[in-house]
Amino acid sequence: MPSPDSLVTLAPQRIASEPYYQPTGDEVALFEAAHRHRLPMLLKGPTGCGKTRFVEYMAWRLNRPLVTVACHDDLTASDLVGRYLIVGGQTVWIDGPLAAAVRGGAICYLDEIVEARKDTMVVIHPLADGRRILPIDKRGEVLHAPDDFMLVISYNPGYQSVLKELKQSTRQRFVACEFDYPDAATEAGIVVRESGLAPELAAKLVKFAQMTRNLKGNGLDEGASTRLLVHAGQLIAAGLSPAAACRGAIAQAITDDAETLAAVQELSASLF
Amino acid sequence: MGGLPLGEITRRLEAWLEVEFTLQDVCGFARAIAALAPSEQDFILDWTQKLSAAHVQLAHLFAGQAPGLLARVDRRLIDAWLVEALDAIDREGLQAAVAVLRAAEGSLALHQGRAESVALTDARGILLTIARGFSGRRLQLEASEGETAWTDGETLHLPALMARLPSAADNFALYKTLVAMLWAQGHFGTTRALAEGALSGHPSPARALSCFNALETLRLEACIARELPGLGRDIRRFRQQGAPLPPAWRGYAERLGDPDAGSRDSLELVPEALSAALPPPAHHQCELRPEAVVARIAREKMLLRLRLSELAGPSPVAREGEQARRFELKRHEDQSGTPGELELFLGDAPVAPPEDVRQLLASVRFDFGDVPPEYLQAAGPGEYAAERQRETRRDPDQVWQGSYHEEGAVLYPEWDVDRGHYRKNWCVMREKDVPPGDLDFIRNTLVKHGALVRRLRRSFESMQHEERLQKRQAHGEHVDLDALVEALSELSGGGEMSELLYARLSRTGRNVAVAFLVDMSGSTKGWVNDAEREALVLMCEALETLGDRYAIYGFSGMTRKKCELFRIKRFDEPYDDEVRARISGIRPQDYTRMGFAVRHLSRLLLDVEARSRLLITLTDGRPEDYNDHYRGEYGIADTRQALLEARRAGIHPFCITIDREGRDYLARLYGPARFVVLDQVAALPLKVAEIYRRLTV
Repeated sequence: MPSPDSLVTLAPQRIASEPYYQPTGDEVALFEAAHRHRLPMLLKGPTGCGKTRFVEYMAWRLNRPLVTVACHDDLTASDLVGRYLIVGGQTVWIDGPLAAAVRGGAICYLDEIVEARKDTMVVIHPLADGRRILPIDKRGEVLHAPDDFMLVISYNPGYQSVLKELKQSTRQRFVACEFDYPDAATEAGIVVRESGLAPELAAKLVKFAQMTRNLKGNGLDEGASTRLLVHAGQLIAAGLSPAAACRGAIAQAITDDAETLAAVQELSASLF
Repeated sequence: MGGLPLGEITRRLEAWLEVEFTLQDVCGFARAIAALAPSEQDFILDWTQKLSAAHVQLAHLFAGQAPGLLARVDRRLIDAWLVEALDAIDREGLQAAVAVLRAAEGSLALHQGRAESVALTDARGILLTIARGFSGRRLQLEASEGETAWTDGETLHLPALMARLPSAADNFALYKTLVAMLWAQGHFGTTRALAEGALSGHPSPARALSCFNALETLRLEACIARELPGLGRDIRRFRQQGAPLPPAWRGYAERLGDPDAGSRDSLELVPEALSAALPPPAHHQCELRPEAVVARIAREKMLLRLRLSELAGPSPVAREGEQARRFELKRHEDQSGTPGELELFLGDAPVAPPEDVRQLLASVRFDFGDVPPEYLQAAGPGEYAAERQRETRRDPDQVWQGSYHEEGAVLYPEWDVDRGHYRKNWCVMREKDVPPGDLDFIRNTLVKHGALVRRLRRSFESMQHEERLQKRQAHGEHVDLDALVEALSELSGGGEMSELLYARLSRTGRNVAVAFLVDMSGSTKGWVNDAEREALVLMCEALETLGDRYAIYGFSGMTRKKCELFRIKRFDEPYDDEVRARISGIRPQDYTRMGFAVRHLSRLLLDVEARSRLLITLTDGRPEDYNDHYRGEYGIADTRQALLEARRAGIHPFCITIDREGRDYLARLYGPARFVVLDQVAALPLKVAEIYRRLTV
């Protein structure tokens, strides 16, 4: 049985030092304006293009604590809102991450929201419109979000599945902002900055990534993300050969299909 | 030796080559084969038999060449070459296959001794992915008719076999280099120079073209070495293996290796370079075919203008109308002034181009760097000849009023047990709608089986528990109050407190998609057809209760050219009166060609997201078709292969049949416990739903 001391309250994290983020458009201004006017935000974009980093950066910039929840297909409304636990024969209420964020006036970031179970939308909707409330049924309590609270959700419209579509009733509550992979020069700059790789090699990695992105829908569900490039860059900077780094950090990560894998490796062999 | 005696070889050859009818002498062949080692004999006899199943003339041609060939050429090369010939006979008939055999005879002889060859059929998938990775366009890949590699800018043509270098790795690298060279022709301006008619006015165009090609090869090599250093190393190696460049050409290579050099520089060098002999072509040198490029561009231009004409709507009569049918591409600019996407405008109104138009525009821009205005003029009413350029989607029935067309159909392979490999694009499959029938049949069925329907609903309801509250768990989103009260009383009584105090909603939800494949062959006429329809009505009622996703398709076929699937209910369609009318409208058609139906439904099933996928076939007999070929072993082998493919993709096939002789072949098709034979036709409606319930609890 857990003792009261061992129960960790989900305290929103404050970001101490500036996270590295390279803006690619007007997303910073948009986010700031949305925050000022207490509007929630929806970030769209492929995996690994910098959505999470952007939210971290904005939390730092606005000096707000940040609560990040990676949604998965078993995430329920009570996982977000909170639940009773039994401690020493007593029931004790523990706030879930969303309730903690509302109380603390934090930024709550629900990553890949479409993965969560449908009942989570019920708690998100009243928070995402003019009411800005979070009802906690089990305690008969209604939390009113302070002005500083902000809800941010993200999703990847690249998924083909109809089951992973965001409903209109949800998406029409949010200010939306689309993310994509940055242009080649910017992306190479990011790889250099994040991995310490020489610019010339970083540019090659970006070229390789673009080739894999060309294959989207042609054997690959998605091309190599900026995140994978940074991984590969780190491996190369640590002394691994570019071929091995591309195989381990990129090719194997984006596909299991033997033939596509072989083709992707050939593409990287063409470059290095 | 241990090989077959001459008499036995002669006897077999006589049988396969139908000496009785052709009166050809096989004794010479037999003697040559008898002199070979046993494994070589097997190889030749095996192929001779397979080829004779396709056409006796192919077998004859091969048996004559084989002993000599085997001494010089790698067996895998011969395998690839014969498969190519069999594909040709399927595709275009005997003459094409004979042409393949004869053409290869010469080119195989050119290949290095026993080179470890690579066949295009094996490397195709990887090469195509590489080509698309380089270019970002949906390029196509085809075998060229000879030893050359060339492109019209849309399709890359590569030699069917690569055996120019001793090792398989090098031959593959050579294939890859050819792909890169062809891609580079488009990417670095060679194709554009051809499209603009470079050299067309030259007094000896052929010689000028090959000179231009040799120069461009040098320039593209340098471009590739800069863009793709890894491939650049391969190319350097291939160069070193060939004859060295003459001194003058080394100078050209240096000039064209400049990063600023373009196809114009090569053109300027042509007159000077023509004065001396051309260097021998390197392994990776491709061919230039301006006429193919120009033809492809003309085709795309017409296609684009026709599609734009459709987008513009009905054609105007007045002259000023022509002006109104001119499209424009404008670059969209956002506030920051950075140029954005190109947008298509008709007059002042933006038009969202469909995907094919977008692709065509991208292709034209790729050729010319821009879209010339004449490409954006919608085709006028007078341009009827243009209609022929179109690949239109026509009504399947209309197609049938003509002769055997393959337009608008999906092609599926078929397993040929005699050859031991697939016949590519063999079955011409079309989806058609079942003409709606009478809804009275549905009503009568529901009345007739009223009690059964109610019972089925009840038993299916009990299967559907979407979410169940699991009590007494170690973790969960709710406190289980009953457990807590119990635990607290235990505790106050001095006992140990249980930790299982939570309740959790668990998802035992069904996640099943099922496709029903209904036999609509002529033999189902009457009784069986009625029973099938009744069974489907009851099944749908039950499935609606359950909420499983389901689709129903009927199948029938007559020869490979008329394989038909009848849509009764798609996965995304609700069970409404339209679907009911289609069930009622199911009527017997032709024969039971089955492989294509299993393949197509497998594909549809894989598009549905579900944890379990089922494919249930309702049939009255074994696969067969009206010509004898599909009947018997061949049809069963093809169906079995299609079911194996489905199973490999994670689909569970199951069969319900009323063929009492089914037991012997069904176990081979579906596996021992994967089919049910019903003794009575009348039992079908009662049993199908019940069987489904058993399968999915």
